Amino acid sequence: MIEVKNLTKRYGDFVAVRDVSFKAEQGSILGFLGPNGAGKTTTMRIITGFMPATVGTVLVDGLDIFSESLEARRRIGYLPETPPLYSDMRVEAYLRFVGKLRGLRRSDVDDAVERVLKICGLSDMAHRICGQLSKGYRQRVGLAQAIIHNPPVLVLDEPTIGLDPRQIHEIRGLIHGLAGQHTIVLSTHILPEVSQICDRVVIINAGRVVLEESLSSLAAGKSLEDVFLEAISKEEGHEVAEAQETLEEVGAGHG
Amino acid sequence: MRNALTIAGKELSSYFVQPVAYVVLTVFVLLAGWFFFALLKQFDEMVQVYSAMSSAQALEHLNLNARVIDPLLHNMSVVMVILVPAITMRAFAEEKRTGTYEFLLTAPIRTGEIVAGKFIAASVFILIMVALIWIFPIILMVFGDPEVGVMGAGYVALALLGVCFVAIGLFTSSLTQNQIIAAISCLGILLLLYVISWPLPSGGGILGDLLRYLSLPQHFGQMVSGVIDTSDLVYFCTMIFVALFLTQRSVESARWR
Repeated sequence: MIEVKNLTKRYGDFVAVRDVSFKAEQGSILGFLGPNGAGKTTTMRIITGFMPATVGTVLVDGLDIFSESLEARRRIGYLPETPPLYSDMRVEAYLRFVGKLRGLRRSDVDDAVERVLKICGLSDMAHRICGQLSKGYRQRVGLAQAIIHNPPVLVLDEPTIGLDPRQIHEIRGLIHGLAGQHTIVLSTHILPEVSQICDRVVIINAGRVVLEESLSSLAAGKSLEDVFLEAISKEEGHEVAEAQETLEEVGAGHG
Repeated sequence: MRNALTIAGKELSSYFVQPVAYVVLTVFVLLAGWFFFALLKQFDEMVQVYSAMSSAQALEHLNLNARVIDPLLHNMSVVMVILVPAITMRAFAEEKRTGTYEFLLTAPIRTGEIVAGKFIAASVFILIMVALIWIFPIILMVFGDPEVGVMGAGYVALALLGVCFVAIGLFTSSLTQNQIIAAISCLGILLLLYVISWPLPSGGGILGDLLRYLSLPQHFGQMVSGVIDTSDLVYFCTMIFVALFLTQRSVESARWR
């Protein structure tokens, strides 16, 4: 399971992520939803240990990603926004390479590679060179490398972006099939993705969490789209109100 | 350690799947061949001249090592200054560009293992390069009577030099996403090490001593002439160690920013 507590990330003056907290329970799928530039990828990168938070902690299976980094990373499978493929390697060789680096023993690597090739529908592509794959297949190989070591936690950054409808359907099916055994956090700005496969949703806008809710408690009445748009505009309204307050204070100071 | 070897294996196969490695090897061997031919021809002419003049003493002093292998190795060391950055520029810069850097840093492996793996792969490549031009001493051994030990020492020196260049090249590659910048900075550092003692070729007190100690050709020249002095070995090993340490720090810094 994943616990994010009071996460803040600052780049100089710019605050990319502001006091973000949420929790993904064991075996559940958490949808991390937000417009482009909201801070989803930054949050994913902090969760997986690629960059440190300015403030706050991330606990993966009870391990702190910053202080117990190596152990925590063993528990994570990560698919970044761009699938991290080596374009001159063949799919099978690439997956073996990843498997070994993710800590699989030599004797287990072969089986693991075969397993993920099957799960991700890559059996025919095993000998293709990664650089020659279409976007849909690249995404699948990216997913394969994330699950090859059977990690308890999966972090998927926009796993269906740029795919055609049929591929999207397949990848979603794959992800849905992985729930239960894995705790999954997936970030997206595609709403149907969340309503179709996630148990909980966290909506983020301009670096702040504006909603954290389980999907079942949302379903009554409103569509996810309505909830999303409302949450976003509420946040913006909140910001406008804040700005107005600040102006009034400054005005009063000069008065 | 296992992870370092896994990475090294992948890097090395990657070298040989891409054209850069083959171009570098071809250029290296061709140039070596041309220098060897030129030096041998000059040597041959001197032999003719001295024979014609019947000066046995001068003939005796003509040494295959000093006249052929020594200059060959010096020339090839300069060629390496240009070729090694072309090999190492990719090491980290490419990973950053394609997004695989994110994968390496989020995998359960230590930064030191990543650096070690790339270093081992590039060093093996250097060893292959140097081994390929051992053909020339072999030719000499077939037709003449050169001192094998001295030649061997010279080749070891060239390999050590190459490995040192590799470490520096890895460092510059770790600083940037841009391969050209990585290559040119490496080239700059190596050339600087070549000319660092030029202002004070002798004397100059402590500064002069320091500059001459830092000078690459100084240490390389010693080893090539057949003298393997500990101070020269220490120089190269320290360079390698410092460069690798800085590389590790540079890669690790991504986790702290």
